[in-house]
Amino acid sequence: MKLNVKINGKKFDLEVNPNAMLIDVLRDAGFKSVKSGCNEGSCGACAVMIDGRPKNSCIVLAGQVQNSEILTAEGLGNPETPHILQKSFVDHGATQCGYCNPGSLISAKALLDRNPKPTEADVKDALDGNLCRCTGYVKRIEAVLDSAKIIQKGTKGNK
Amino acid sequence: MAKTTKKETVKKAAPKKATVTAKKPAVKKASAPKAAAKTKAALESAIPESPLVFERPEKFEQVKHSLEKVDALGLVCGTQKYVGDIDMPNLLHVKVLGSPHAHARIKKIDTGDALKLPGVVAVYTYKDVPRVPRTTAGQGWPEPSPYDTYLLDSKVRFVGDRVAIVAAETIEAAEEACKKIKVDYEVLEAVFDPEKAMDKGAPVIHDEKDAYVPIPIFYDKSRNHASHVETKVGDVEKGYKEADVVLEKKFYPHYAQHCPIEPHICMAWLDENDRLVLRTSTQVPFHARRITAQTLQIPIKKIRVIKPRIGGAFGTKQEVLLEDICGLVTLRTRRPCKLALTRSEEFMSSRTRHPMVVKIKMGAKKDGTITALSMRIISNTGAYGSHALTVLSNCGSKVLPLYRANNIEFVGDTVYTNLPVGGAYRGYGATQACFGTESLMDDMAEAIGMDPIKFRQKNHIVEGESSPIFKALGEGREGVDMAIGSCGLAECITKGMKLIDWKKKYGKKGTGTKRRGLGMCCLMQGSSIPEIDMGSVFIKMNEDGSFNMLLGATDLGTGSDTVMAQIAAETLGCKHTDLIVYSSDTDMTPFDVGAYASSTTYLTGGAVITTAKKVRDQIIAVAALKMGEKPEDITIKDGICYGKGKKNKVTFGDVSRYSLYENKQFQIGAIGSHISHASPPPFAAHFAEVEVDTETGEVKLLSYVAGVDCGTAINPQLADGQTQGACMNGISFALTEEYIFDNGKMLNSTFGNYKIWGTKDMPNLQTFLVDSYENTGPYGAKSVSEISINGGLPAIANAIKNAVGVRLTRPPFTAEKVLKAMKELKAPKVEAPKAAAKKGKKK
Ligand code: FES
Ligand code: FES
Repeated sequence: MKLNVKINGKKFDLEVNPNAMLIDVLRDAGFKSVKSGCNEGSCGACAVMIDGRPKNSCIVLAGQVQNSEILTAEGLGNPETPHILQKSFVDHGATQCGYCNPGSLISAKALLDRNPKPTEADVKDALDGNLCRCTGYVKRIEAVLDSAKIIQKGTKGNK
Repeated sequence: MAKTTKKETVKKAAPKKATVTAKKPAVKKASAPKAAAKTKAALESAIPESPLVFERPEKFEQVKHSLEKVDALGLVCGTQKYVGDIDMPNLLHVKVLGSPHAHARIKKIDTGDALKLPGVVAVYTYKDVPRVPRTTAGQGWPEPSPYDTYLLDSKVRFVGDRVAIVAAETIEAAEEACKKIKVDYEVLEAVFDPEKAMDKGAPVIHDEKDAYVPIPIFYDKSRNHASHVETKVGDVEKGYKEADVVLEKKFYPHYAQHCPIEPHICMAWLDENDRLVLRTSTQVPFHARRITAQTLQIPIKKIRVIKPRIGGAFGTKQEVLLEDICGLVTLRTRRPCKLALTRSEEFMSSRTRHPMVVKIKMGAKKDGTITALSMRIISNTGAYGSHALTVLSNCGSKVLPLYRANNIEFVGDTVYTNLPVGGAYRGYGATQACFGTESLMDDMAEAIGMDPIKFRQKNHIVEGESSPIFKALGEGREGVDMAIGSCGLAECITKGMKLIDWKKKYGKKGTGTKRRGLGMCCLMQGSSIPEIDMGSVFIKMNEDGSFNMLLGATDLGTGSDTVMAQIAAETLGCKHTDLIVYSSDTDMTPFDVGAYASSTTYLTGGAVITTAKKVRDQIIAVAALKMGEKPEDITIKDGICYGKGKKNKVTFGDVSRYSLYENKQFQIGAIGSHISHASPPPFAAHFAEVEVDTETGEVKLLSYVAGVDCGTAINPQLADGQTQGACMNGISFALTEEYIFDNGKMLNSTFGNYKIWGTKDMPNLQTFLVDSYENTGPYGAKSVSEISINGGLPAIANAIKNAVGVRLTRPPFTAEKVLKAMKELKAPKVEAPKAAAKKGKKK
């Protein structure tokens, strides 16, 4: 089938098998930040934003995202102009191996979009599905809370 | 006494203090002997000497600062590349058919139907590959692990063991082909209970003739006996007689998997020179190259191993699990290939924590003196003996020295069973063993009527002390004697007590159905394997004053690239971002044993200092030449060389360009190596506060505090991150992680059914670093990565005991187990815990 999607703001016309999983479609299209950790929807490494909502792309069929807008970590920012969340993850030491980061950043972005002033409990709730075996989560939570503060203060750089 | 080590036949390390420069010949004579002496001196100094201690600068500019991780931005923006993040045209997808049986012989195997499937390119069985016994353990050569594993074999020894390898155009075709392979198994009786594995008449798992162990250590495969270690210090029987109380208990630390979020993955292809390139998620690129060459029977020079970014490892990638398979497929098909384990395969067929039976016996006097300590271990290595001996000996060597005792005994056996294979896992034996000792320390304190913290404070090792265990227990050979050069444990304890509010809360269980309890434990580990491990580094200077630093050491996400950059920058006198770090690639970077044994910072950090010093000397010489100054007058700060009185100055860029283009041209650069002469332990104290629901048995972990002395934290933020990650892993291991088996088959091989903790499960986790200075380490550093995984089991077990009085010995501490133990406690028993307090157990 033909899949019309917007990925990170750019239009794509992809020829895909409707039974293909979104994670594979995205990775094949070059969005390698989308990681696979379980392929069963329980680690969050493959999380992407679909029409504003975070979803584990390993359990989404390509056919389900026709005409959707998708956001991956590449769409958040790049090393030259990182998103506040990305910068904050770096500053707080929330990245060790980094494999879980793209997914957890997407969950964090989704949280801040719907709740700009999250409590620690809100952050824990929103990121619970993004397993990380390296960091113990403390720094990741600090990073998200700090980002929220920075965004609230209206610091430039956020998209 | 060590039955393991036939010392005389094992090569001993070179003496530490061999003179580097040869003495001048005593008699002045003709020039020929002089020249000979010169050659001799040059040859002797060709073997570099690793320093015993490193210089201590007055203040640090780069080290001891939480500088930005050099790969961090790329990681969070998704631009850093892991193994699977490159596209390869013409790629084959590889799948391994796993055994459905725990123990079986392949009577017949028919791959005809599988090969007929569209898209299937090749199917290999044991009949198609060389039979070479070797180990998958990525250890130094010759490995202290038995050569009992084959690329493919006619026998399978656990559920998930390799049966056949399929390569196909798509992963779906490869999976389909696996289903079409017809295997006729002769199912054999299996053995699952490690305490019965050595029994007479037990099924023999390695009945093949060719398995052997490559170094002269004990090995008896006919009894499923993969390794044996024993050592004795003093006279334990005498010690037990002197004791007022003697306690003995068995503990059963359980199976667990490392669960790196990136499962094992490897890609292979042939390069333009027809060499095999392996791009793999490994902790040990050089060992992977060597073992792959051995397995495939090709020269080492035919292989290049590249380690890109790694998505976590924790020990499970200190194994050569996929490289041989991918190498085989690519060499045979001449096409690139990829093999990525599924999460379920990662659980079942990669590596696990060795489950153990840990029996601890302790004798103590009423005044808190420990008179004798015995540790008896049965380690279950599963179907293959990867790390069988070394994990076992680390049970003793990383735990027993913690407390003073004149009489110590260690006896350990590793046994084969038809279960998943044990391997290296962060903590490496210390995790399992200290669960026993630290639990018994609490019981003993109670029995002699002493506060558990006071009991530990009275007995723990301090600076300047040694333990006979360091010498007695090595890794496949004798250990290395050493005195403790730095120990911040006392401060870890006192500060941790404050943070968890011990004095106020201890003993206040509350009433009602929810009871609270506090527990703690003390921990130690090591830093590298002394006189065995080696790391090396290459640094060259670029025209803009930046440096390429090539490391054999493998950053797995730990941040070691950053730590090494900071150490180099400190030594050179520039910023850590002036170093472009590349690790690791067997074609490009010098040798390093790899990331294991808590070695990278301590060991490779030493090589970085040695190398950077040589480079710095060259920079000074060139700067002096360019400015017309004396080298001894040159000082360096922030990448600028100053002449006498700071009148003249040149930048690193000026120096480099001068040396490359202007005068007496040469490439500023150096290579350097380091071996460690000691393995100084980091120390830690961990504290847990739990709430136990007496009606359901549910344990809620409220707070967890961990204080660690890792010497100088080269990058405090990264060291803290290591500690937090290790704590959470240890906690989730203690409370939820568990393998559930049916006839040797793991039933819960998904993240949905094997619970590793997420953010919502978190306790109030507080970690802190205690400053100490280890002279033998680079800028005072010791290791940090492993130690904190060990605290979860004992600290939480002790807290549960404190809350509801039950001593749990079979983790994870699930609600059912707690409830059951509480019921048993209430029911009258022959051996009620009170009996212990009276006079301990018999004998
Ligand atoms: S890979 Fe999709 S949730 Fe784990
Ligand atoms: S940083 Fe490694 S899994 Fe999160």
